[in-house]
Amino acid sequence: MPLLEIRNVTRRFGTFAAVDQVSLNIEAGEFFTLLGPSGCGKTTLLRMIAGFDVPDGGSIVLDGKDMVGIPPEARNVHTVFQSYALFPHMNVEQNVAFPLKMANVDPARIAQRVEETLEDVRLTGMGKRYPNELSGGQKQRVAVARALINRPKLLLLDEPLAALDAKLKESVQLELIALQKEIGITFVYVTHDQSEALALSHRIAVMNQGRVEQVDEPSKIYGFPKNRFVADFISQCNLLDGQIKACSGERMTVALSGIGDVVAINMEGDAPGLKGALALRPEKVAIGRDLPADAEANCFTGKVHDLLYLGDVTIYIVELANGMRIEALLPNSAAGRTKFFEAGDEVQIAWRHDAGHFLND
Amino acid sequence: MAAQQNRLHKWLISGPPLAYLIVFFAIPVLIMVLASFRNPGEFGGLAPLLNDESGSREIDLTTESYGRFFGDFLYTELFLKSLAYAGVTTLACLLIAYPLAMLIARSSKRHRDLLVLLVILPFWSNFLIRVYAWMIILGPQSVFVSALNHIVGWFGLAPLTLLYTPFAVIIGLVYVHLPFMVLPLYANLEKHDPALLDAAQDLGANAWRRFWRVTFPLSLPGVYAGAALVFIPALGIFAIPDILGGTEGIMIGNVIKQQFLDTRDWPFGSVLSMVLTVLAIVLAGAAAWIAKRART
Repeated sequence: MPLLEIRNVTRRFGTFAAVDQVSLNIEAGEFFTLLGPSGCGKTTLLRMIAGFDVPDGGSIVLDGKDMVGIPPEARNVHTVFQSYALFPHMNVEQNVAFPLKMANVDPARIAQRVEETLEDVRLTGMGKRYPNELSGGQKQRVAVARALINRPKLLLLDEPLAALDAKLKESVQLELIALQKEIGITFVYVTHDQSEALALSHRIAVMNQGRVEQVDEPSKIYGFPKNRFVADFISQCNLLDGQIKACSGERMTVALSGIGDVVAINMEGDAPGLKGALALRPEKVAIGRDLPADAEANCFTGKVHDLLYLGDVTIYIVELANGMRIEALLPNSAAGRTKFFEAGDEVQIAWRHDAGHFLND
Repeated sequence: MAAQQNRLHKWLISGPPLAYLIVFFAIPVLIMVLASFRNPGEFGGLAPLLNDESGSREIDLTTESYGRFFGDFLYTELFLKSLAYAGVTTLACLLIAYPLAMLIARSSKRHRDLLVLLVILPFWSNFLIRVYAWMIILGPQSVFVSALNHIVGWFGLAPLTLLYTPFAVIIGLVYVHLPFMVLPLYANLEKHDPALLDAAQDLGANAWRRFWRVTFPLSLPGVYAGAALVFIPALGIFAIPDILGGTEGIMIGNVIKQQFLDTRDWPFGSVLSMVLTVLAIVLAGAAAWIAKRART
């Protein structure tokens, strides 16, 4: 039995369904992420799990018990808020001790637990500091410590890294992963940042307009997006419109509009005539002046229209003869060389038949 | 050079308020201190500073008025009574203003401005007229009092007199000073981050504990500001006890006014004012000290 079962949950604001018939099962010990653009309903869903909002339909079952109607203070679920919401008039110790005080735990036991928990989040010796004396990363750790101290069944994290600078994010992500592994509490994490979701999660639910588009492991979400939205939302992706022309076994020929016929793999037993798009990650597209011939590859010539130099890699936007544009990504591997091509260069691009996959509309 | 310019900026910024304090606080207080050591004039006011009559031309200063104050317990008693009135007024204002300020702070942005306007609306009519209105409300002829006495009658009790009692003075004091408590409290409560209450609730605090552990401690600066704005003016007020208090309800402010306008004993009036000023400064200082200690 999953730890948290979300069954057909709907939440409407007026006629607008912020969360629309969402069903999810979250297993005990999982690091589960709700990912989506702002306004997709992920925060509303989180607030309903915490108890701050009530579904208009469906049920939320935690550990076999229906949570609807139970107020937040009576749920064994804690939240790390986006703003951290540390109590400014309490020092770190008092902040962290707060949930235990509310549960009327014996003061000697509270002191011991506070010390242990501060150690868990590497804040030993910071107990007497006030929130306004802490850095962003330290505040974030206090917020996590406070939410974890009385061992909730579920920890909800609402974009907890949004306020941190990019440099700090990576180390905080590693800390979060280690902490979650160590204490074994189920995390439900909300973010709009796809790289954060890919790095942290065991499983990701991609949400859009109140609905769940896909629930999968990060590598499946990235490698095999189920539809155009997921493919487009997660990282960069070429979406080439087309129609299946012929199928033979695991291969099929797709007529890409404006490009021509290409060979692709047929994983889902699609039949000729289906319309859709070929999803092709830029790093799967080879680019070169004179690519070696490969019978397995789809090969086209074009011109570099524009490029984005990103330090480690460069993204080249290649325009084909008939105006279609395809993005290709190439590491800037050669020493001392900033990039391989300039805008206007004649290039060849190619991708193997199994580099992308076809999305049915 | 930069440091010099910096110092110049500091003086330019703090100059006007400093000048204001000197003209409207330091100089009047100094005049009052001097007056408290002088003799009363024959027909009111102050006697000349240089005593020409004896021909000795010595400066005529005396501590007689202070002797009179400390020699008669009546005046100390009046101070204590005024402190008690001001204290009760402050407490009553706090109890009424807190829920009101909280209601305003938590209502929608659209309604907030209207509600704040309603709080300050009484300022648009004259203070004395508003206090006279209370004279009518609390007077024996008023609908309110006769209805009240009707109810009191059911229990077989004698009719109540409200006007010209300490109760009437307190009512007047609370009525007049209430906005001064509501506004600083509202200004404080309005700034509270609602996420803090969500966090407290999420971590297991019920409504009662959310108030006492989060909202109230964070509102203490507003409470102190409101208390000072109510307590200090209420301590020295004379108009309200004059109109609503009768003989029973007089406060120290009435006696000070009498010394200047009726008895025409300016030195003794200055002594009473001095004591009142020192008392107010000491109490405000003590409150600030307590507030500072509570924070660290």
